[in-house]
Amino acid sequence: MRSVLAILRKDLLLELRTFETLPAMVLFSIVTFVIFHFALNRGSLAGQLAAGILTATLLFAAMLAINRLFVAEREQGGFDAFLLAPVDRSVLLLAKAAALFVFLVVLEVFALPAFALLLLGPSLARSLGGLVVLLALTDVALAVIGTLVSAIAVQTRARDLIGPIIALPLLIPALIALARGASPLLSGHGRTFPQGHWLAILGLYDLVFALLAYAVFDFLLED
Amino acid sequence: MARPATTYSRGLPALALATVAALAAALALVFFYAPLDADQGFVQKIFYIHVPLAIVSLCGFVLGGIFGIWQLRTGERKWDMRSYVAIHMSLIFGIAALIAGSIWAKASWGHWWEWSDPTLVSFLIVLLLFATYQPLRFSIEEPERQARYASVFAIVAGAFVPMNFVVVRLSQGFVHPRVLTLTGGRLPGSMQLTFAVSLIAIALLFTTLWKFELSAKNTRMQLRAARRALLGDDAVRPLGRSAAPS
Repeated sequence: MRSVLAILRKDLLLELRTFETLPAMVLFSIVTFVIFHFALNRGSLAGQLAAGILTATLLFAAMLAINRLFVAEREQGGFDAFLLAPVDRSVLLLAKAAALFVFLVVLEVFALPAFALLLLGPSLARSLGGLVVLLALTDVALAVIGTLVSAIAVQTRARDLIGPIIALPLLIPALIALARGASPLLSGHGRTFPQGHWLAILGLYDLVFALLAYAVFDFLLED
Repeated sequence: MARPATTYSRGLPALALATVAALAAALALVFFYAPLDADQGFVQKIFYIHVPLAIVSLCGFVLGGIFGIWQLRTGERKWDMRSYVAIHMSLIFGIAALIAGSIWAKASWGHWWEWSDPTLVSFLIVLLLFATYQPLRFSIEEPERQARYASVFAIVAGAFVPMNFVVVRLSQGFVHPRVLTLTGGRLPGSMQLTFAVSLIAIALLFTTLWKFELSAKNTRMQLRAARRALLGDDAVRPLGRSAAPS
């Protein structure tokens, strides 16, 4: 656990000192909202359309972080140093997934108000709690699958291409749950909390992929 | 060392004959025995090709994942090759199933593609995921790492197959009843028999092609090894960029 925190601290400190990934993700999401405004030619959105645009924007902003997650380790010999350290290899999975989760939460702290301000018609005030739960569960799925795919893609020749094309289909079930679960929350007069089965799907998806990633991650570090 | 090429080609002629017989029997049943569907008429018979192709290709994907587990546990390259060939064949079968399904959809629903059918949509997502298997292999050069990473992918993607089907089904909100259950529960007996024979025939076809490709790849590798041993390393040109295990 201490080594997980050490790596997590290293990643967050690196981000705080360079400000490389997070501002790019936030900017990317805001620009995407602007593009959607023009592409759809709509001043305000609600319901399924709003949920879909939020989902797609967060996904593509997340892909930026997923692509960069292991680049420093690969280019500056962090993998070798980690393999030399007398710690369990799944420590790296846990730490990197936690770092990605933190990135996604920070992204949403900025992107969600921007979305509410720029595009969303109905007020978020009533359903914010439900949306936060839904987003948190989706972030776990994005973090776990993102870490796993990133660890695979970083060792390939065309890592910027391989990462997204593997991650997108793997994430579709989680994104279905987010988009469909968030739709009534963003319609203004509907439910204030997502339907239980979307939360159950996301929870199950998180659990299965966390176990799966834990089982196979060791083999991605062998050398 | 035993000659590994013989293990793949052993029984291959008999298997091929059995496949031909099963396919002929299946086609004969489809065209001459199975009754015409009351609603859809003749075009419904594509069901006997489409559904077995889809089932066999999904099983092949999962099988690729299981071989991947063995590759990671034993570290033997033969499991990677089996996994690779299984996924490769399943992709071909899957694309064939998708095309057959599209034809059926056009004939019976009037559209080439139908988003409201969860099985169709799930199948497309699975196919899109496995379509990235070869690009992934292509972009890893070191053979040992290629085998390991491909196996990890095969395991994760193999586990994804059933989960994806459950989630996509749920996303349709239970409003679309299943017309054809996979077990053929609501089909008349003659259709069930035809379907079972077709399924066996397609499964045999998959096995034959799988064994054949394994045997061919193995033979080529042995040939290269023999040439290298006899004529020296310079006599054997390096393989071009290839996703296949080498």
